[in-house]
Order: sequence, then structure tokens, then C-alpha cells
Amino acid sequence: MKDYRMKPNIRIASGQGFWGDLIDAPVYQVFSGEIDYLVMDYLAEVTMSILKKQQLRDPKLGYAKDIPALMKKILPECKKRNIKIITNGGGVNPLGCAEAVLETAKELSISVKIAVVTGDDILGSLDELVASGSELRNMETGEPITVVKDKILSANTYFGAFPIVEGLAKGADIVITGRTTDTGLTLAPMIYEFGWAKDDFDKLSAGTIAGHILECGMQATGGNFLGDWQSVENFEKPGFPICEAYPDGTFYITKHESLGGKVSVATVSEQLLYEIGDPKQYITPDCVADFTSIKLEQAGKDRVKVHSITGSAATPFYKVSCAYADGYSAFGQLTYSWPQALTKARKADEILRGRLKNLGLQFDEMRTEFAGYNACHGPVAKELDEDSINEITMRIGVRGNDKKAIERFGMEIAPLILTGPPAVTGFAGGRPKPQDVVAYWPALIEKDQVTPLVTLLEVKP
Amino acid sequence: MKAKLIEFCHGRSGDKGDAANVGIIAYNQAGYDYISGLLTETFVKDYFAGVCFGEVKRYELPNIHALNFLLNNTLGGGGTVSLKLDAQGKTLAAALLRLEVDITEKQFNEFTKNKE
Repeated sequence: MKDYRMKPNIRIASGQGFWGDLIDAPVYQVFSGEIDYLVMDYLAEVTMSILKKQQLRDPKLGYAKDIPALMKKILPECKKRNIKIITNGGGVNPLGCAEAVLETAKELSISVKIAVVTGDDILGSLDELVASGSELRNMETGEPITVVKDKILSANTYFGAFPIVEGLAKGADIVITGRTTDTGLTLAPMIYEFGWAKDDFDKLSAGTIAGHILECGMQATGGNFLGDWQSVENFEKPGFPICEAYPDGTFYITKHESLGGKVSVATVSEQLLYEIGDPKQYITPDCVADFTSIKLEQAGKDRVKVHSITGSAATPFYKVSCAYADGYSAFGQLTYSWPQALTKARKADEILRGRLKNLGLQFDEMRTEFAGYNACHGPVAKELDEDSINEITMRIGVRGNDKKAIERFGMEIAPLILTGPPAVTGFAGGRPKPQDVVAYWPALIEKDQVTPLVTLLEVKP
Repeated sequence: MKAKLIEFCHGRSGDKGDAANVGIIAYNQAGYDYISGLLTETFVKDYFAGVCFGEVKRYELPNIHALNFLLNNTLGGGGTVSLKLDAQGKTLAAALLRLEVDITEKQFNEFTKNKE
């Protein structure tokens, strides 16, 4: 790790904001200008349990399946220009993901070194951990994990940047991890390239905040922008954010000039606020960053300078996220047109609830929303003059542990078309079926209870 | 004059478990001073009656002219459990920005400086 190069700056490009994001965004990032690193965040909480299910069906799966196909498009160019790729798309099977990428490299006759970070998956050792005193209490409710232990589908520790740094130091072209924090993906190359110390918390916090800005892809460059969104150019081929980072912790957020999007103090500010709690206590495995120290300045077109960031030491804990099975849900919907669209939708809801009651069906929760009226803003929504409403979609959901009751609910939606209020349409896709509900159990674990493991795999043509 | 917050502020919202975070950003110091006085925890809690069923906690980021509100017990159990169409609270910043206020024309001109 001592052989860092002390470049004047490095350019880190965001390629994905979640699994399901714009597939070609990383391709645009690689082929539209200079970058040194491509970082791709694929993991949301729900993703881990989906991947676990896929792995149960086929032990070779359990990672973001888009990755090998993406590598086919970008790996030759990345190798040629020494662009390193870092992703947490390994999901619950980072080794399997690496094997698939090695296969792709073989097909392309490219030599490649892949560092794989494992050790985050603690599903298999939960019993041991609990036996040795880790209660893994729910951070929100305080209950010990034994309450849901038999229903747990996945359990992963959030690692930070340092295992990735270790992989880069081993000479990896690509680093594939399991559950690593989104921010760690961006912080790692800064630590590696600039030789930042483990206790230089101001710099680690700067890199962490850069990671927060990059982790949701275009949300920093004009996507989902609540300011003047119509000023954002070329949504068709958007530029995801690029962080131009300097050794002192200062960085610039920008984008490739030829791609769309917008980088301004306003677009970056919005992303800074995304899904944060106490801005003075942004906790990661690497540090605790202080968002109230951030200074932003417009430093040119589509270029924002970010500096003066401070932070403090990390806590002695890793965060753990467990997914567990929590019953079933189903949704049905019907659309009512003018006249009296809202009145009819409300009447249909009343009829449906009456029929479910007559059947004696019990649910933990039943919720009706009227899209076109108040589904998003609830009571904050403006009252509408009914004659001006062209159509309303009634959307009704039920949730509970009785799968049969939820199946029966699914049979009661379509009949409303012939046995309810008039001018109704929009029933498609057959009877709603019960879906598994996956709930989350956030907990903390002492850092010395879990150890990240970094393995280097290699293929030569 | 009457103006909606969205005419001189912007923002972003999302989920943190069963809580929603609602960030509201002014375009300059004068705008920030105004929303800091207006959007107290009590005000926001009352505004979101029927949406937020828990405590509202306010955090200040004067460095970027922003306020961040945590609305506890708001998302019907959180992202994957919730039966809400907006299970992640992504439209709640817009819900707060539709608030209509009475300000002077001079204030409006001040608050909209650097608007984008």
C-alpha cells in the first residue's frame, strides 16, 4: 500500500446509482472523456435479499447479472487506458461475480486482476455470533435478533473503503465487493492514490461526502432535480457525476462535457440532502463526516468546488442489515373516468371493503389511495373540483400473514368492473397474487467480530 | 404577495427506514433565514398531519442554506413493507414546497436571487 503515486488529481466517475439504473451510463462515462476510476453502486437493502433468493435457486448467481455483459463493452477500453473499476455488485456472491468477469476477460483475450472482498455475509455465522454475545438489537425498536432469527433471509455487514484499498494495493484492475458502503467505493481510490492515513478523519470525511454525492448517479447532475428541472439538458444521454479529487481533500463535481445533465450548487446540494439524518453525524465504517462543514462554490459551467470538509473518528461498530420474511402483500387497481371519477372510485373502495368484510377476511393492514388525487401527498394534496377530474386510479393494497386471505383479496378486484360503478377500466395482468414481504433489521456489531477478506484472482490470455 | 415555497426554494426527500427525510434548500442567506423562522418542528409536524404520525426532528445546514427534517413514523412501515404508492417518501419535499406564504415583493426578489 506504500507505493502510491501521488497524482495531482484523480477523476472518479459514477456509473450506477442502483441495480436497475441506466445500463449504458458506465459506457458513456468510459468513452466520453478522461477518467481514472469507474465506481458502481448496485446495492439497495432490498437488493441483497433478492440476490440471496437467486443464489438459492442457482449457487452460481447472487450478484448483479448485468456486470459481465457490461464488462464486455468496457473492459478492453478500461484496460487500455488503465481505468480501474470498483463495484459492490458482487452482492451475496462476489466470488461468483468475479468468476463470471474472468470468463468474459478470457473470451476477450484480456489479462485482468480482480480483487474480491468477502466476509460481509454473516448469515451462516449468526448462531455463533448470538451465542458469543452479539445481540444484534434492532436499532429502531431495541429488540434482540432472536425475535426474527428463524425468518432471516440475508445478513450482511457494511464494510468501508479499506478492504477496497487493500485490493487496489494488490494491483487489481477491478475490485468486486459484497455489502460495502456506497461511499466507500469512491473514498477508496482517494486513500489509495493519495496515501491518506486511517486517522486523517477530515480527508476521509471529504472522500466520504464525495461518495455520497456520487452514489446515486444522475441525482447529482440534474436527475430528480426539484429546482429548475427544465434547465437540465439532454436527459436522453446523461452525464453521471465525476469527482475530480485532490490530495488535500478538496474535490470538484463535474461531468463529461459531451453528455447531458447539469452540475450546479443547487443540483449538488439536493443530493447532499438525500436520505440523511443528523448532518453532523454521517456515520460510516471509515469516519463520521460533518455535512455542516461542507462549502460549495460554482467553479465554472457544470463544475462545483467542494471543500473545507471536517469529520471525526469512526465508531467501534459496523452496521449490519438483515432481511427477514414478514408475511405477504398484494395490490390491485382500477381506473374510473369522468364523470364523478373520485366519487365512483371511493364507492368502489367501500364496496370492496364490504365484500372482504362479508367474507370474514382479516389483514394486518389495508390501504386505499386515489392516484390522480392524493396518493402522493395525502391530506396535503389540494382539493379538486370533481368535474375537473378526468380520471382516478383506485389503488388498494393489503398485507398480512394469512396467505389464503391475500389470495382471496386478489379475486375481488376484477369483479368490480361488472358489479360496481360505471366507466371503469385498467384491470390488467390477471388477479393480483400474494408477494413475499421482506422487512429489514438494522443492527450494530463490534468491528472485531467480523473480518473482511481480500482475495486476488487473475486471468491471462 | 402570495408565493409558494417552490418559487424560492427547492429540495429532496427520501426514506430512512419508516422515517422520511425532507430536505428544503433556499437559494441564498435571506431565503434561508426566512425558512428557518417559518419551518419549525411544530409547524412541519402540523403541516404533515395525516402523513407523519411520529416526532419531527429538524437539523440545520446553514452552510448550504438548507434544513433537513426527519419525519418519524411516516412511510407505513418502510420501503419494502409499506402499502403506499410513495413508499420511500420521494414526493414529500414537493408536498412541503407547495406551502403558500405571504411575503413582500422585496422579500420575493431577495429570496429568488441565484435561483436555478
